[in-house]
Amino acid sequence: MDILVQTLADGLVIGAFYSLIALGYTMVFGIIKLLNFAHGDLYMLGAFVGYTLLSVLGGDSSGAGLMGILIVLLLTMVIVGVFGMGIERVAYRPLLLAPRLSILITAIGVSLFLENGSMIVWGAQYQVYPLQLSHDGISLLGAKITYVQIGLVIIAALLMLGLHLFINRSLYGKAMRAIALDQTACHLMGIHVHKVIGLTFFIGASLAAGAGTMAGAYYGTVNFMMGFIIGLKAFTAAVLGGIGSIPGAMLGGLLLGMMETAGTFMFGGSWKDVVAFSLLILILVLKPTGIMGEKVTERM
Amino acid sequence: MNPSRKIIAVVLLLAVACVLPFLSNNYWLDVATLALFYVVLAQGLNVVVGFAGLLDLGYAAFFAVGAYTTGILMTVYQWSFWLTLPVAMIFAAIVGVIIGAPTLRLRSDYLAIVTLGFGEIIRILAINLTITGSASGIYGIPRPSIGGYVLGGQIDFYYLILIIAVVTVVAVKRLGTSRIGRAWMYIREDEDAAEAMGINRINMKLLAYSIGAVIGSLAGSVFAVKMSAIAPLSFSFTQSIMILLAVVLGGLGSIPGVVLGAVLVIALPELLRSVEDWRYLIFGAALVAMMLFRPQGLWPARYEMKRGASRGETEEVTEGGSGNDVKLDSEKCNA
Repeated sequence: MDILVQTLADGLVIGAFYSLIALGYTMVFGIIKLLNFAHGDLYMLGAFVGYTLLSVLGGDSSGAGLMGILIVLLLTMVIVGVFGMGIERVAYRPLLLAPRLSILITAIGVSLFLENGSMIVWGAQYQVYPLQLSHDGISLLGAKITYVQIGLVIIAALLMLGLHLFINRSLYGKAMRAIALDQTACHLMGIHVHKVIGLTFFIGASLAAGAGTMAGAYYGTVNFMMGFIIGLKAFTAAVLGGIGSIPGAMLGGLLLGMMETAGTFMFGGSWKDVVAFSLLILILVLKPTGIMGEKVTERM
Repeated sequence: MNPSRKIIAVVLLLAVACVLPFLSNNYWLDVATLALFYVVLAQGLNVVVGFAGLLDLGYAAFFAVGAYTTGILMTVYQWSFWLTLPVAMIFAAIVGVIIGAPTLRLRSDYLAIVTLGFGEIIRILAINLTITGSASGIYGIPRPSIGGYVLGGQIDFYYLILIIAVVTVVAVKRLGTSRIGRAWMYIREDEDAAEAMGINRINMKLLAYSIGAVIGSLAGSVFAVKMSAIAPLSFSFTQSIMILLAVVLGGLGSIPGVVLGAVLVIALPELLRSVEDWRYLIFGAALVAMMLFRPQGLWPARYEMKRGASRGETEEVTEGGSGNDVKLDSEKCNA
């Protein structure tokens, strides 16, 4: 019983990170049908920007209070969000009407650029986060759950709730949903399509960056390659939930996080990536629409 | 270029390739050997991405399949190198069918992700299984021999891979202009129309995928005996990307372009040695810039001209339609 609860709790935290990143994939895919390969690297960038900000602003580790961490988190999200918009402007927008292969290859190029750019800026070694999170926590049915874990899940949940409200209640959210349905018609109706696409990239990138900073604080170390695998897994989460569906991305992330933790428990740590990727291939083969996805009839 | 000048150019190029070992030092010979490996790999991927339009991001996995099959058979079971070649190729074809059969129904982006995941699975398997020597890989792979002559020197392997590269280029070129090749290109341009015209698109895609896998594994087998040691590190995602870059840089579907691309992908980093850390950064930027400003590659394929030049009148009339389609599409890329 305690193992089950522990697995659920640990999986929930990892799953929350996956969900936040998967949201970016799903939003970008929903609106311009692009698999943004560089998205995982925005998570990495978020981790590093957070690292730098904490190093500069926080001073020593004990000084950074909870408020300071939250401010750093928000700042990181804004900085990386703007960066994400920049990527869209420079690399993707000119290719919106080009063959699909071109824009996919561009995304790979952006990913290579971000990874190696970060390697040059921050170095190839693992960097230790200038932040010590406490290991205090509560005991629940024999499993140990730290306050940090609870806090991270709450922040992630708040971010997702905010996004949900934004998409469903605001005018821009409405515009996003409209563009996902028919870009040309939106253009004709006077919606500034590029602006809304830019906003989508901003939100997606900032959510990934938020996850990156939180993951950096949670695991303690960051590395320039951390985005690649996690990007792939977040994509798995997005596909699991049904790509293009926002609640699907949230659910998919949580499910994948828990399945992976369970897989690690059963097969050992070195096989957890195999579990995730096998799952990805299985879903794509058996049910490409995922759990909450709608059937896409349109051919690409 | 008219046909006779083209032949002269090819003969000259081959002559240079043949005398190269006697003109260059060991370092550049090694670079040239690696470039030839990339020519083989890039041509294999060219069949998959360039001809059939299937974006494969895990191509290094087939390179790994070939290398590990040869490595294991030679070290554990003491097979002769030449016997391991067909086994590795058949094995790669089977793996290609296993991964391709269920996934090739997917649309391009999904396929890209699946192949990416598949490449990672192969790499993680190589790291974790005992038969593949886990993280340290397989070492002490014996040298192959022909008759009594043991291929040991750098020059021997240079010529071996040169022969394989030439055979691959010729084979891929002939495939590209064959009936099958035209079916692939039709699928690449418009899958539904191709199916409506009676092309079995799943089988054709599967064929492209398997042929690419076979060529990749062939390069892998030779790589294993050339290096005499293999490790999972050689078959990473970056490797797949570099091969893809060679194809894209040269020009998707273009035989001479892909050869040029393979040589550039190997030679440029060597020239950029002084800025080691910046290599992949520059490559990433180059990929983006290429797609933005010259999506058709440095040496684009020109189907419509080849058709007009090499075909008789009657056939040209029937082929005219699809030829125009390709042309229109390449114009769209330019715009």
